[in-house]
Amino acid sequence: MRKTMTSMLAGIGLVLACGTSVYAQDKELTIFWAEWDPANYLQELVNLYEAESGVKVTVETTPWPDFQTKAFTEFNAKGSAYDMVVGDSQWIGAASEAGHYVDLTDFFNKHNLKEVMAPATVKYYAEYPSNSGKYWSIPAEGDAVGWSYRKDWFEDPKEMEAFKAKYGYDLGVPKDFKALRDIAEFFHRPDEKRYGVAIYTDNSYDALVMGVENAIFSFGGELGDYATYKVDGVINSEQNVKALEAYKELYSFTPPGWAKSFFIEDNQAITENLAAMSMNYFAFFPALINEASNPNAEATGFFANPPGPNGDQFAALGGQGISVISYSQNQEEAMKFLEWFIKEDTQKKWAELGGYTASAKVLESPEFQNATPYNKAFYETMFKVKDFWATPEYAELLIQMNQRVYPYITGNQGTAKEVLDSLAADWNATFKKYNRVK
Amino acid sequence: MATAVMTTLDPNSRSAARGMSDLTIRNLFIIPTIVFLIVFNIFPLIYSLGYSFTDFRASSPAAANFVGLQNYRELLNDPFIWSNFAITAKYVIVSVVGQVIVGFGVALLLNRDIPLKGLLTTLLLLPMMLSMAVVGLFWKLLYDPSFGIINYTLGLGSFEWLSNPDMALYAVAITDIWMWSPFVMLLSLAGLSAVPKHLYEAAAIDRAGSFYTFFRITLPLVAPILMIAIIFRTMEAFKTFDLAYILTSQPTTEVISIRLYKMAFQEWQTGRSCALAYIVLIMILAITNIYVKYLNKVKER
Repeated sequence: MRKTMTSMLAGIGLVLACGTSVYAQDKELTIFWAEWDPANYLQELVNLYEAESGVKVTVETTPWPDFQTKAFTEFNAKGSAYDMVVGDSQWIGAASEAGHYVDLTDFFNKHNLKEVMAPATVKYYAEYPSNSGKYWSIPAEGDAVGWSYRKDWFEDPKEMEAFKAKYGYDLGVPKDFKALRDIAEFFHRPDEKRYGVAIYTDNSYDALVMGVENAIFSFGGELGDYATYKVDGVINSEQNVKALEAYKELYSFTPPGWAKSFFIEDNQAITENLAAMSMNYFAFFPALINEASNPNAEATGFFANPPGPNGDQFAALGGQGISVISYSQNQEEAMKFLEWFIKEDTQKKWAELGGYTASAKVLESPEFQNATPYNKAFYETMFKVKDFWATPEYAELLIQMNQRVYPYITGNQGTAKEVLDSLAADWNATFKKYNRVK
Repeated sequence: MATAVMTTLDPNSRSAARGMSDLTIRNLFIIPTIVFLIVFNIFPLIYSLGYSFTDFRASSPAAANFVGLQNYRELLNDPFIWSNFAITAKYVIVSVVGQVIVGFGVALLLNRDIPLKGLLTTLLLLPMMLSMAVVGLFWKLLYDPSFGIINYTLGLGSFEWLSNPDMALYAVAITDIWMWSPFVMLLSLAGLSAVPKHLYEAAAIDRAGSFYTFFRITLPLVAPILMIAIIFRTMEAFKTFDLAYILTSQPTTEVISIRLYKMAFQEWQTGRSCALAYIVLIMILAITNIYVKYLNKVKER
């Protein structure tokens, strides 16, 4: 009898187990993103969705340098491994024109997301082509390049006195690019193993270009006319030449071996007492206020990218929108997830977990702005951001810019004018090749 | 022809008991290999040749258009591509010459009766057993200007091995030399131990100097096997990707395979990258042919 009972229970258990696994298989979603802290926060967020809806959502990640290659390899193979992707803002042209992303225009309009999300995030993460009213992503992780600095170095009375004596004004958060340069020069003391500034220089993806964009946009320059594809006279304008020269000058105040640095190195510049100021995406700032990852957490301050000589103040946009992949077998389930994701409560929770929400209401709330030392700078920055080209051939444009700018910044080759003239010619040839200009 | 050189099947073997003929067994071994080669090597090779004459992009659903020799023409007129080839050539020369000098030198030192010779040889082989990516990652730490052990040991202060555009390629080559000299050493050691001892005895009786003995006896006899090592290392150095990609991103270290990777998988210019891959293939074939001809000459001597 006992034996019969045991086998019956085992049988029921087996049936249940099989049943559950079939059920779970039907209700599973996979989101693909790069390997960084916000992806972990997103996993925590989607766990709440699983608790509510019973749908298991997994955030799958890959290191940043491989993210683009891996995502597009999967798209091009029409693979259904991922249901959604939190893709980079400049992918949107390539992915939408090739049919990799599901058109979310109806969803966008139905939920009035143009008003719900911050304007810059709608413009750069969701809409393609520019001003077309066609939307491909839901703004998910807002991001831009900002700055961190060593408050203890800046507030040291001896340093303040010496700075004022040398430059004739008070040492403080840089009010413009000129002050940024002066402070970098002031703290650049190789003999003491202290350096002025940490900037992006890695040319393997978009790091160096984002850094240079910070200077170009604040100097009042543009990369080109995104509507007409005109580049000559725009990318090689007078302002851009000055901006590139300013960025090159900043490079001379970086720590030694700073020719391949991106977000890890730039945060290390603060944690390892290397530099007075460091450029980085806001997404990497949570690690800087955490005592466990930054022994100088208490002494670290933050500021938005400063204005250029004419008072223009902009910053390079990072961040990503979440898109549904056309080859997913679970598109309906993915849309349900997005409906949950855009709710104000979810966006609030997302911000609390450490994600940078793009929800205008949450961003504007004092609760959000006072939550961390850098949220206010983030809020200010998100309303004055500009981005790189989002055309399908953006990768070629990016590599051409790296090829021209990198040897000038790190290797002293050519002049800023020559570099940007050559870049204008390269970009023009590329746009001609794809019949964007005649 | 093939059946004529085959040995007959042992009548007591299991295969014979199953009634398999020599021909069946030959086919069992050869056909899968040939199928594998056709599917994974020959077919993609021919297929990509076709793509190299088109403007195909794997990232786009648009159909490929035939563009004739445009890809080849534009690539061969691109100054950046020529600079990539020049960098690759410089890297191959520095790296292979370095490996031959170090590898052959160590082989000469080991080609004598010394205690723990076996253990020493095994330990010296360790670098080439490591993965390229791992070697790249830890040499990056060794080269670090702030805390790297190389600058500390050599007293170079904060010398920038990888950030200095003029030095970076040599830094990558040094890492490659460290990793692959053992390979040259191993082959040279095999060649050296095959040199008949009586030749050295005869040279000693004739009072030949060590310089003369080396250039007239050792080198000519080891040359064929050394040439094989050089062919392998040249082909590998020409294709180098991992080390240069991991260690540095200087334009002065952008060897041709890195440019090819970027063109194929970042820019998604599939047609053009196929053309570039063919140009590289033709170059490697040409260089290898020159080496093989020279090797045959050396063997004839």
